[in-house]
Amino acid sequence: MPRPDTIDRRSFLRVGALAGGGLALNLGFAADLFAAEIGKGALPSAGMLNAFVSIAPDGLVTIVSKNPEIGQGISTSLPMIIAEELDADWDRVVITRAQANQALYGPQFAGGSLSTPTNWLPMRRAGATARDLLVRAAAAEWGVPAAELSTAKGVISHAASGRSTTYGAVASAAAKLTPLPAEQIKLKDPARFSIIGKPMRQVATPGIVRGEPMFGLDTRLPGMLFAVYARSPVIGAKLKRAELDAVKAKPGVRHAFPVQGNGNPMELVDGVAILATHWWLARDASDALVAEWDETIGAGHSSTTYAEKAAPLLKAVPAKVVRQDGDLAAARGSAAKRVQAEYHYPFLHHMPMEPQNCTALYENGKFTLWAPTQAPQNGIDGIVKALGVAESDITVNITRIGGGFGRRLINDTMVQAAAIAKGVPGTPVQLIVTREDDTMHGFYRPGGWHAYEALLDGKGKVTGFANHLVGFGTGGKPVRSGEINAQEFPAGLVDNLLIGQTNIETMIPTGPMRAPFSNGICFASQSFLDEVALASGRDLPTLLLEMLGEPRQLPSARPGQRGFDTGRARGVIEKVVATSGWKQRPKARGKTGYGFAFYFCHQGYSAQVVEVRVDQGKISVPRVWTATDVGSHIINTSGAQHQVRGSVIDGIGQALGQAMTFENGKAVETNFDAIQMARHEITPGRIEVDFVISDNPPTGLGEPALPPVIPALTNAIFAATGKRIRSLPIRLDETAA
Amino acid sequence: MAFTVNVNGQDRQVDLPGAMPLLWVLRDELGLLGTKFGCGIAQCGACTVHVDGAAVRSCSLPLEAVGEGKVTTIEAIAKSPVGAALQAAWVEHDVPQCGYCQSGQIMTACAALTENPKLGRAGAVEALNGNICRCGCYNRIGDAVAAVAQKLEGGARAKA
Repeated sequence: MPRPDTIDRRSFLRVGALAGGGLALNLGFAADLFAAEIGKGALPSAGMLNAFVSIAPDGLVTIVSKNPEIGQGISTSLPMIIAEELDADWDRVVITRAQANQALYGPQFAGGSLSTPTNWLPMRRAGATARDLLVRAAAAEWGVPAAELSTAKGVISHAASGRSTTYGAVASAAAKLTPLPAEQIKLKDPARFSIIGKPMRQVATPGIVRGEPMFGLDTRLPGMLFAVYARSPVIGAKLKRAELDAVKAKPGVRHAFPVQGNGNPMELVDGVAILATHWWLARDASDALVAEWDETIGAGHSSTTYAEKAAPLLKAVPAKVVRQDGDLAAARGSAAKRVQAEYHYPFLHHMPMEPQNCTALYENGKFTLWAPTQAPQNGIDGIVKALGVAESDITVNITRIGGGFGRRLINDTMVQAAAIAKGVPGTPVQLIVTREDDTMHGFYRPGGWHAYEALLDGKGKVTGFANHLVGFGTGGKPVRSGEINAQEFPAGLVDNLLIGQTNIETMIPTGPMRAPFSNGICFASQSFLDEVALASGRDLPTLLLEMLGEPRQLPSARPGQRGFDTGRARGVIEKVVATSGWKQRPKARGKTGYGFAFYFCHQGYSAQVVEVRVDQGKISVPRVWTATDVGSHIINTSGAQHQVRGSVIDGIGQALGQAMTFENGKAVETNFDAIQMARHEITPGRIEVDFVISDNPPTGLGEPALPPVIPALTNAIFAATGKRIRSLPIRLDETAA
Repeated sequence: MAFTVNVNGQDRQVDLPGAMPLLWVLRDELGLLGTKFGCGIAQCGACTVHVDGAAVRSCSLPLEAVGEGKVTTIEAIAKSPVGAALQAAWVEHDVPQCGYCQSGQIMTACAALTENPKLGRAGAVEALNGNICRCGCYNRIGDAVAAVAQKLEGGARAKA
């Protein structure tokens, strides 16, 4: 396993200072650069106040970070919430990663922008109950009422007597007290927050810049072998026959054997495991594999075929009416204007930087895994189902994760690693998926086509709106993350409305990708609404503000979540219109254009303005303005800026260069040479990140800022060039005006 | 086959096929895990190391082609004043999100800045364009490189 970090936070400072001395570098090191660094290993048991907080006699506070870290900064932000209520000194905090143990820590997954909303209150309570124990221990020692004590930065004070003590001094006594039920403990007045709302550096950064092992791929165990899992390029193909002699004869190969899957790509498809002393030797040996696959499952599943099927379906009535309000046909009869357009977006792969991998050991009937997973429980469930073992026989260590974007919510790699490890009891196995196999065996953001219709009255008011998604289905149901819901914007804001869906049958596995459902639909809808705005003689923000009307809450698309709040939508739109100087933007066609878009998803509201430059067919994005409302608090302002900027850059990259296509069930694009990710040169020089603070519980920021940047970009391209982008990725030469 | 490779100032004896890319020699033989596997085809830059000070994609450099070249990895980059300054700037500017690509970004930036301490923002973007950061930390990477470049220039002026 990764080498435990030492808790010597000053070592980095020393190295930096010594090495820099020769050049008289002074980068202005502050001690807080090294505050709250990540540590690993078990929570110290002495001074353990609850599952999340432990305090050593010297006052060092160890806080457990419960959720998978995929770069969203959760291993900094959740401990910040605990430290805030604990009144800890952030400079004296060390973070440790939790094992998968939902009984102890509560839900542990990184997805749906849910970590913040679901943990806000539990983390505050974890900190507050620990603080209460410390205060009561000090009160007992001094024989004074606990109510007379105050705390700050790890120190407890009694103003009346002038006494004070440290958390470290009373932690051991506090650990012996019985904690009060969390509901009985008063939480801090947010006006007194001193950690929440500050720009705290990611706790893992010092280790990252030193190249310390911490990712799944960095797991090392004595005697470990490296594995590849050779599969047919056709997703879900069955293995008919494999010749393994040549593979076994290759240098370094220790084992090679077929693995029979259960037919479910989310769990285990057929493959051949090849295990060697070095990963490259296993990969190299896989070239010698002669295998015969039954690939009939993929026959006819090609992107071109899908497009041919979609074309007539877009003209037809939807197979399923998802929502119908008023009477669209009647509204059509009385409309002054009718706007219609078709839009398309492709399948996409998540392409996280760290290829799929998992390390597994099967010993004495029990599995231990080291997995870079966004949802460890899903992996455990998959192993239980595919391998027929008891959940209690599976232990999962969650490693740091080199990017998720939703790919690692599905844990086929964990099941594969477990299946391979089961074939070599007692030997740890690290399965690493090649970039090509990773790309070819994805759970893709499903592509889709939309047929839109909008009706305008004589004053330019939208009286009717129809959105027909021609998407994908399997077994009569929409594919995972390929469903349009009844609250899709502008549902509830237009009297005569039709939302419908028709599915093309597919065998291509799909799954959630950053802002699932929304990442494609937002492009199509907000681009079409820009067309509608033009037809109504308004600009898009003006049209949307009119459609939104008075502040009110619409029903929720997802159970247990708040519905769409038109007031919050207005708030971010008005904010970005102001910050970007939208009303003063140059409107003449030319090389530069400005585009606007708004979206609501994953409980967050984001409005964005993109400045685009189109020069001799080359697109650049000098500047983006964003305004986002994710509630009452931005927990870590540095991390939040990262999430918004990352979303903007991600969206621009998708729009400009990304598409997955298929031929007979086989992915055509397999690596970064064919899938253009956003790079330094396309990054906007300035991405303004503003937040609208509203009186709502804080919600997540990994996703809501992504969808609107894409239509803001395509609307900007229209403003500059008059070319309306109705299909992604953007191809200026193929787009008619 | 037996090879001697000089890694981070030490001669290391390895007995491996000459075709094995340096990346896997570093990771699976020498236990230097800071150099990352991203694509295997020199498209993403996560595996960037220095060979005689030049930034090289270790996923596509066969062991047998390393020869007498002196290999430096992220684990030893702090020995270079520029490397140490970059590491510090990365922390100061809170650059990483997931962090997986960052050793490659630092190695590329270090080679470029060492070669040309007056590398401006545009030069940094050009030098680093081969390094993908899937999380999109590019603005802060640029800020951190620019800050180090400014310090280097300042330091050079002070010395002169």
